[in-house]
Amino acid sequence: MASRAPFSLEARGLRVVLGSHPAIDGVDLAWNGESRMAVLGPNGAGKTVLLRTLHGLLAPDDGRVLWSGAAALPGDQAMVFQRPVLLRRSALANVEYALAVRGMARAQRRERAREALAAVGLASVADRAARVMSGGEQQRVAIARAWALRPRVLFLDEPTASLDPNAAADVERVMGEIRGAGTALLFTTHHLGFARRMADEIVFLHGGRITERTPADRFFAAPRSREAEDFLRGELP
Amino acid sequence: MNDLAESARLALHLVATADAELRGIVWLSLRVSLASALIACAVALPVGALVAVGKFHGRRAAVVLMNALLGLPSVVVGLLFYILLSRAGPLGRFGILFTPQAIVIAQAFLVMPLVAALSRQFVEDAWVEYREQLRSLGVSRLRAVPTLLWDLRLSLSTVALAGLGRAASEVGAVMIVGGNIDGVTRVMTTAIALETEKGDLPLALALGAILLAIVLALNGAAYALREWSARRHG
Repeated sequence: MASRAPFSLEARGLRVVLGSHPAIDGVDLAWNGESRMAVLGPNGAGKTVLLRTLHGLLAPDDGRVLWSGAAALPGDQAMVFQRPVLLRRSALANVEYALAVRGMARAQRRERAREALAAVGLASVADRAARVMSGGEQQRVAIARAWALRPRVLFLDEPTASLDPNAAADVERVMGEIRGAGTALLFTTHHLGFARRMADEIVFLHGGRITERTPADRFFAAPRSREAEDFLRGELP
Repeated sequence: MNDLAESARLALHLVATADAELRGIVWLSLRVSLASALIACAVALPVGALVAVGKFHGRRAAVVLMNALLGLPSVVVGLLFYILLSRAGPLGRFGILFTPQAIVIAQAFLVMPLVAALSRQFVEDAWVEYREQLRSLGVSRLRAVPTLLWDLRLSLSTVALAGLGRAASEVGAVMIVGGNIDGVTRVMTTAIALETEKGDLPLALALGAILLAIVLALNGAAYALREWSARRHG
């Protein structure tokens, strides 16, 4: 992995209530980006809410998120959503738009956008309308858009959900390259195979609480919490 | 019945021979309607989008007001602009009462609430989908306005066409501020009203048919645009 400036994330006592129900409750998490971290858990465990809160899209009802160092500014982070929201323009224009928002000059952003799309294997369809692309291609456009920003931290929310195996393999390859370029990855998933291949560390979330945080190999061999054990046995949804 | 058939035959003849009077009325109608729809869109599209994505005190009141203005009686608008533009009124010095410009202003004012309310609804629906993604990219609410307007351009063009249809079919306000002066401010709707009153049904029927055709064409264009947009941009 290319070396990048250090940062640290510290979440303390996070509680986010959606409606009348706490989606996450009492979450403490410290991370410096050295490990690829997967937030794993059953449906409704609060994975997406946790990611959005860490990225600053949701304000916690209690607790706080502290970023310091190279990922402290919102511009140092990017997020790829489970259902990518692309603008009604070409794939290239989508990536360029994100760069324009960050204030990059027109000539530079065209080149950077083409590079990013080439990196995700979409150079040949860069001028196609993004919204009529396949689900896998749209996900890769979203990843290219995020990666073009050269974030220090990249959040990915269920990046391979609803993708076929080929498209999922493409996403895994691109994530590997992003990681290789020095971007820290924090992602949610409920796909065990994906987590096993892509994560160094697993944070297991159940009912809005972290029940364990374990190195990935140990987690899959012998989870510490009963909930994680049930999940691995397929006894949790 | 025979009178009606004869009127319809004469109306057809007027249309087929592109009668000069008919042409003049239709051309003026199209010009003033297009101008008023353009002005209304230039003002109301950004206003609708701003209200849709904005977070400010009185937003709810703005939405209620916007929707309430949809029911604005056109004769009241006509009366308001008559007073404003009349010689003794605050805008009397411009001397545009009973001119096509006065019609454009009154029609634009009537079309604005329609365009603003519809565009607010379109943009607000899209904002639910786009909000988190745009925030994640660092896009402010203000910057989101042109982004959304551009992204929804084809859906919003149907709003603009609806506005144009509203302007073209307006009669009350146009009659009051335009005066229905032959060759100057006589547009399709006011001409139809006048000719019907006079009993000159052929011209009224011919104009009515053209007006209907325009409204139908606008709706057809809006539908085709939506279809094309869905195929082209998703």
